[in-house]
Amino acid sequence: MSEPMIVASGLAKGFTLHTQGGTRLAVLAGVDFSVAAGECVALDGPSGSGKSSFLRLLYGNYRADAGRIAVRHRDDWVDLVTAPPRRVLAVRRETVGYVSQFLRVLPRVSARMLVAEPLRARGVAADAALARADALLERLGIPARLRGLAPATFSGGEQQRVNIARGLIADHPVLLLDEPTAALDAANRDRVVALIRAARDRGAAIVGIFHDAAVRAAVADRLFGFAAPSPRPVG
Amino acid sequence: MTATMPINDPPPLLTVDGLTKHYDRHVGCAAVSFTLWPGEVLGLVGESGSGKTTLLACLAGRLTPSAGAVRFRTRAGAVVDVHRVAEPERRRLMRTEWGLVHQTPRDGLRLDVSAGANIGERLLTAGERHYGRIRATALDWLAAVEIDQARIDHRPSTFSGGMQQRLQIARTLVNRPQLVYMDEPTGGLDVSVQARLLDLLRRLVSDLGLAAVLVTHDLGVVRLLSDRLIVMRAGRVVEAGLTDQVLDDPQHPYTQLLVSSVLSV
Amino acid sequence: MTDEIQSSADGRAAPGYSYGYLDAQTKRMVRRAVLKAVAIPGYQVAFASREMPLPYGWGTGALHITASLIGPDDVLKVIDQGADDTTNAVSIRRFFARTAGVRTTEATADATVIQTRHRVPERPLGPDQVLVYQVPIPEPLRWIEPREPECRRMHALEDYGALYVRLYEDIAHIGRIATSYNYPVMVNGRYVMSPSPIPKFDNPKLDRMPALQLFGAGRERRLYAVPPYTTVKSLDFEDHPFEVQHWETPCGLCGATDSFLDEVIVDDAGGRLYVCSDTDHCARRRAIRDGSATRAPWRDDTDGPEVA
Repeated sequence: MSEPMIVASGLAKGFTLHTQGGTRLAVLAGVDFSVAAGECVALDGPSGSGKSSFLRLLYGNYRADAGRIAVRHRDDWVDLVTAPPRRVLAVRRETVGYVSQFLRVLPRVSARMLVAEPLRARGVAADAALARADALLERLGIPARLRGLAPATFSGGEQQRVNIARGLIADHPVLLLDEPTAALDAANRDRVVALIRAARDRGAAIVGIFHDAAVRAAVADRLFGFAAPSPRPVG
Repeated sequence: MTATMPINDPPPLLTVDGLTKHYDRHVGCAAVSFTLWPGEVLGLVGESGSGKTTLLACLAGRLTPSAGAVRFRTRAGAVVDVHRVAEPERRRLMRTEWGLVHQTPRDGLRLDVSAGANIGERLLTAGERHYGRIRATALDWLAAVEIDQARIDHRPSTFSGGMQQRLQIARTLVNRPQLVYMDEPTGGLDVSVQARLLDLLRRLVSDLGLAAVLVTHDLGVVRLLSDRLIVMRAGRVVEAGLTDQVLDDPQHPYTQLLVSSVLSV
Repeated sequence: MTDEIQSSADGRAAPGYSYGYLDAQTKRMVRRAVLKAVAIPGYQVAFASREMPLPYGWGTGALHITASLIGPDDVLKVIDQGADDTTNAVSIRRFFARTAGVRTTEATADATVIQTRHRVPERPLGPDQVLVYQVPIPEPLRWIEPREPECRRMHALEDYGALYVRLYEDIAHIGRIATSYNYPVMVNGRYVMSPSPIPKFDNPKLDRMPALQLFGAGRERRLYAVPPYTTVKSLDFEDHPFEVQHWETPCGLCGATDSFLDEVIVDDAGGRLYVCSDTDHCARRRAIRDGSATRAPWRDDTDGPEVA
């Protein structure tokens, strides 16, 4: 197997709900995990077992209580748990891409602009970035007449495909996918599966949550299991 | 494996160290420290009276802090202590290196002179003495902030609130400062007008490579515009970090309250 | 200073007054302010304005300066909008004739001290002359910044961009700089100064003038100065340079083509005449033209020593 891209060890995460009497929820404890380039790992476990929280930890969206998340960034390793915000932003810009469950629409920003943004953030010229965005949206079945519109009025499936395009356009070495096909019909699901496989084949390390068993079987090289519902009040 | 810091980071644009402002015995802001890099947008959130505007005034050099220092790196590469340089130099910096967009456009505009003169003033102050060039620049900026160029000779008192705010932004950015301070730039505007302004700000910040410190109590605004977030309460920083981290995984009880009080951000 | 009650020592000034009306301490204070003003060209110096026997707006500030500087050997000329014969000019000349015993004149060339309201004489002034301007509003930034402390700060920091906003507005709305009097100037490359409400036609005369120029504003309690041979530049834009007024017709009386003209309605039918605003200049030219002048037709010492 090729080289690891993310190596997490001793990872722990809980939430203290100050607005609810200081209730403490432990979500993850002592998690060790790694994923290598060209590998797709599916997070597996029942609802509430912490899969989404784990994915967010890997993106630096949630802050870990303990442990480390080493990400191979350029030719170096960055620990997302301790890295300063600027470093985390750089890792997100260049190394780790994330496809959330829902598209965050921005007022007055068209679908193709939204999709092109990760490339623009890296300094790619507007024309080139928009051309790539159009090509990707085309591949995902978003017709040209929609691409120039702000996606606020799009259907759930259309929004999800725009979101996927935005997540995949920059060819990040690491991809984190949270239910990328949940709102899609069979034809579009197949298009997305093909894109995920292509990403893996070009060497991306992929970590995802795929509820659809067929999708999981089509893209995952292995499963990473989460134990039964762990969120439990402590104290 | 070790997580090493790269050595090729650019030097910070703004370094704030222990900034404190007392009004008599009342605390405006206390022991605020942070660093801002070129091109970065920092959000400052907290409810009214949490010291955001006081902090902004201290940062922008308009208010002298009781303690602490604000260091700014100029285009020429000199690091100046904003409150220790002589006033002529501070004024020059305020007009060339950074700008301040007021919450109320009336505070940031000359309402009794034309839109063109409002935009041109910073150029005139910087020594530009060619009318034709000033006018051409003013026309460009009117277009950039989506104001009809035919209104260049109209007074801003005849403009809507959203137009006034956009004019204020043009007036502030016309000589390309490195940093812009914004105090509730969308406050007092209709929601539809807010969206247009936010989109404009977002584009300008990214096109011009501007750094910004954005004071607001609107978490949606910071989610949209800022890379990093500082949460203030009673003049103190209670939490700081990446914007999405602070909003999605708030640690401090006050931040949790703030986030949970918003319908959807 | 030999100012006191015995001011009529030379027998010409009226008895019972301090010489030149003001008391010695006040004159000393004004002279010190004048010295400071001369030392910092264009800078507005505060002084303690006294109650004068005429209303604010009639030249009380200039009157302070004239009273503090004038000596028994001086010859005083007073003009109001260029004219020697208006009530105000006549009254002020008479005032100093009576309180300081000085000779007065209408001839620019003969005067050592010229107090003026709103004009600079057409005839170039020499190094032995002092021009004292009456100033209503001394602050050139007043239009753009109403707060006095902020105006002072702007001067201190040479923060004059806002002033150009006014010129910009003129060009934007009218196509040229429309300000035609009280046109702001930069003195000695440092302070922006109001030249008082003289027409901008007179602005070039201020530049490198051999005479000392003093400006007094009584109501605002400010005085300022332009020392001899000091650079005075009118503010402008590169592509809209400073220009003075021009007239299509020459002076209807003396035929001058290079002087500042006033429009005068001469009959009930609306007939009009353009004539020199500087009455002394016009009379002198006419005298020369008419060849009548081995002795000038204008009267010297019109108001002479006038002891009650």
